[in-house]
Amino acid sequence: METVLAFITGILFAGGIYLLLRRSMSKVILGLLLVGHAVNLLIFTAAGLVRSRSPLIPPGSERLSPPYPDPLAQALILTAIVIGFGILAFALVLAYRTFAVTGTDDVDELQESAP
Amino acid sequence: MQVAFVVLLVFAAAILAPMLHRLLGRRTGWWLALIPTTIFLYYLSRITEFQAGGSIRYSLEWVPSLGLDFSFHVDGLSYLFVLLVSGIGAAVLVFGGGYLQGHPLQGRFYSYLLLFMGSMLGLVMADNLLLLFIFWEMTSVSSYLLIGFNHQDDEARRAAWQALLITGAGGLVLLAGILLLGGITGSFSFIQLLEQAEIVRQSPLYLPILLLVLGGVVTKSAQVPFHFWLPGAMSAPTPVSAYLHSATMVKAGIFLLARLNPVLGGTAEWHYLVTLMGAVTMLVGALMALPQTDLKRFLAYSTVSALGTIVLLLGLSTTLATKAAIIFLLVHSLYKATLFMVAGAVDHETGTRDVLSLGGLVRVMPITSAAAGLAALSMSGFPPLLGFISKELLYEAKIQTPDLSPLLLGIGVLANMVNVAVAVKVGIRPFWGRPGRACCEAHEAPLSLWLGPMVFAVTGLLFGLFPDLATPLLEPAVSAVKAENVDFTLKLWHGINPVFLLSVATVLGGVVLFRLRDHIRRLGNDLRRFSGLNPSRLYDRGLQSLMALARWQTRLIQHGFLRQYILLLVMIFGGLLLFSLLQMQEGSIRWNLSGIHLLDIALAVVILLATLTVTRTRSRMTAVVALGVVGFGIALIQVIYSAPDLAITQILVEMLAVILFVFLFYKMPRFSDLSSPGRKLRDALIALACGGIVTVLVLKAVALQIEEPVSSYYAQNSVLEAYGRNVVNVILVDFRALDTLGEILVLSLAALGVVALLKLKQKSESSS
Repeated sequence: METVLAFITGILFAGGIYLLLRRSMSKVILGLLLVGHAVNLLIFTAAGLVRSRSPLIPPGSERLSPPYPDPLAQALILTAIVIGFGILAFALVLAYRTFAVTGTDDVDELQESAP
Repeated sequence: MQVAFVVLLVFAAAILAPMLHRLLGRRTGWWLALIPTTIFLYYLSRITEFQAGGSIRYSLEWVPSLGLDFSFHVDGLSYLFVLLVSGIGAAVLVFGGGYLQGHPLQGRFYSYLLLFMGSMLGLVMADNLLLLFIFWEMTSVSSYLLIGFNHQDDEARRAAWQALLITGAGGLVLLAGILLLGGITGSFSFIQLLEQAEIVRQSPLYLPILLLVLGGVVTKSAQVPFHFWLPGAMSAPTPVSAYLHSATMVKAGIFLLARLNPVLGGTAEWHYLVTLMGAVTMLVGALMALPQTDLKRFLAYSTVSALGTIVLLLGLSTTLATKAAIIFLLVHSLYKATLFMVAGAVDHETGTRDVLSLGGLVRVMPITSAAAGLAALSMSGFPPLLGFISKELLYEAKIQTPDLSPLLLGIGVLANMVNVAVAVKVGIRPFWGRPGRACCEAHEAPLSLWLGPMVFAVTGLLFGLFPDLATPLLEPAVSAVKAENVDFTLKLWHGINPVFLLSVATVLGGVVLFRLRDHIRRLGNDLRRFSGLNPSRLYDRGLQSLMALARWQTRLIQHGFLRQYILLLVMIFGGLLLFSLLQMQEGSIRWNLSGIHLLDIALAVVILLATLTVTRTRSRMTAVVALGVVGFGIALIQVIYSAPDLAITQILVEMLAVILFVFLFYKMPRFSDLSSPGRKLRDALIALACGGIVTVLVLKAVALQIEEPVSSYYAQNSVLEAYGRNVVNVILVDFRALDTLGEILVLSLAALGVVALLKLKQKSESSS
């Protein structure tokens, strides 16, 4: 399965980078989100995949018994998902405001009309 | 201890000077002059020690790991310089007090001047070459402040900037030389360098070191072709010029050359390079001095010539030449300080420095005239002044140079003739000549303006009449430069010999040059038209092209197009990643296709299709829906591979994101086709390449296990230490709680930003 996930990560990255290179701000934001997904998946896969063993310590036991999924990687990704959402919300509103003020969502045009 | 104390004292005075000026008013110059006077007298009182070959050392660790220490070493050479810097410094402070009286920034002027003085004192006393370099740069910076003191004047700002750039660039070159020296000998201490002088001279790096050090000397001491900043630096107030030309700044290069003579000197390279450089400078300075009409310009070019003379003599590096160099250094400092201050006093009293309109000032300014006359006589080398002894010695040293004698003598006699002519024009004619336009309403300068020049002029006379007074100063200095004990006896009268005849010829020639002054000036004006290639122009052009280059590369790199930045970043990081992946030998990629469930394949296909849809669709809603599909697909992967917390968060966030997108995309313009097909193809290829690299990275990362994962600690201790069974949550809220706090902060800020941006909308809409 790691092999399949590695390819999915690559595809998400490729799609994200392609969208980041577009001129429309909306597409750039979509690209940001895709790259975010890709990075999360990268960490998730690299930490090692374990099927059907949650990082929960069952009652009566004092520690996780192997094999268990890497809890630290999961904590990192959880943080990344939440922060990514914060960035997304801010970027979206910012793009929207920029459009409302300048009347364009083309980043090239924004540069050319800059003082 | 006193050594470091001296420097600190002057720097402290520099900081306090503006306050003192507010307290003491007009007399501040006199009070401040007490500091250098004290230093002067203190060192003078220890003269017998130095005469006996003694020296003062003091060392304090600063950054030992870099070989940088506060180590000072005052030997005979430093001793002479300390006396000059402090003695002339005291006079300049007094003079500056009178000259700039009532100037709104006088307090600041004192401050800069003391900073300059302290830096120069530190420079001449430093033992550690890195410390010397620091003081060296400080003199550049403080002279920048002083030259640009009249900062509302364009010309002054330009001159200051030019001096700083040239001497600063030279300083960097010098630093490279010092570092190489330190690399060879393993120490930056001059004393230890001296012991290993032979090793340095034998080293294959000797020539680079010599050239780099000379780079510093040439720029600082205004040698051709970097001489032009010095006449430009005349935009400084006259007291500054007096100091800068006589004891500080330009003499720093001379000092370094003399200081390093025992280490780098005595080789053929040194002999020819330094000597010829000095000879050319001497000649160019002399020739350029002749056609001037401004008092200060005369003096500035004659300083260039004099600096060339000293460099030449140090290049010869025979004992006789070194003697001549050191004594000329002293003579030049005395008469140049005098003449600059006299020029300042004349300017102050009559309002002009143009020799064509000056004359007959002796009737109104007798004391100034007397000082000027004595200095001019010393400059032209008349007996019984010290200048005469110096010139005799100079000729003798040149005659005794076997291979270069005719050339050096020729240039030397010519340069000295010009010296005579300049001396007459600056020190004699304005006072004794026919009364000029600006004359008879002037008054004698106040005490503060004539005291310093008078003292130096009389010193020159006394040293000439009683040379034994000067030898205790000169002998230790020459011994230090030669790194051996040198006996020094000076006589005023040597009898009629070839050297004396040369002297007579020089004076006669100088008088002829003076008589022909009008012709020379006309000739000079004619020649100036052809001077398209002079170094000053080259400097201007170089500076302009540098600015153009800066503008061009800014336009190229900082163009402001977001996509180009992203493209560059992506390509660089993709390239770096690829490079390190190719370098890495460990961990072969396993194409493990066993254990793949049908569900996995289905998920992969769905995510792939959804990603393609996001990138290809023309409809905003389709894009948002497809993005949602990607998010939910990833959440499913997390469910399958044992990450329930992640899946829950992902699903919640995904729902919120879709709602947000729908709300805002609705108000944004439709997707339009903005890029050309060629660009799209290029971007797609780059994106796919990066995606491929990341795929390889993931595969490699799966195959590699470099360290035991730290997460085993959390797995072991989650219950025992934090009493929680959900290990992921325990990490977030307990083990790494501060990180989570930071995360909350980031989210709050983002939320505030969102609210602010949306509120702004309502406001601007309601107001419009």
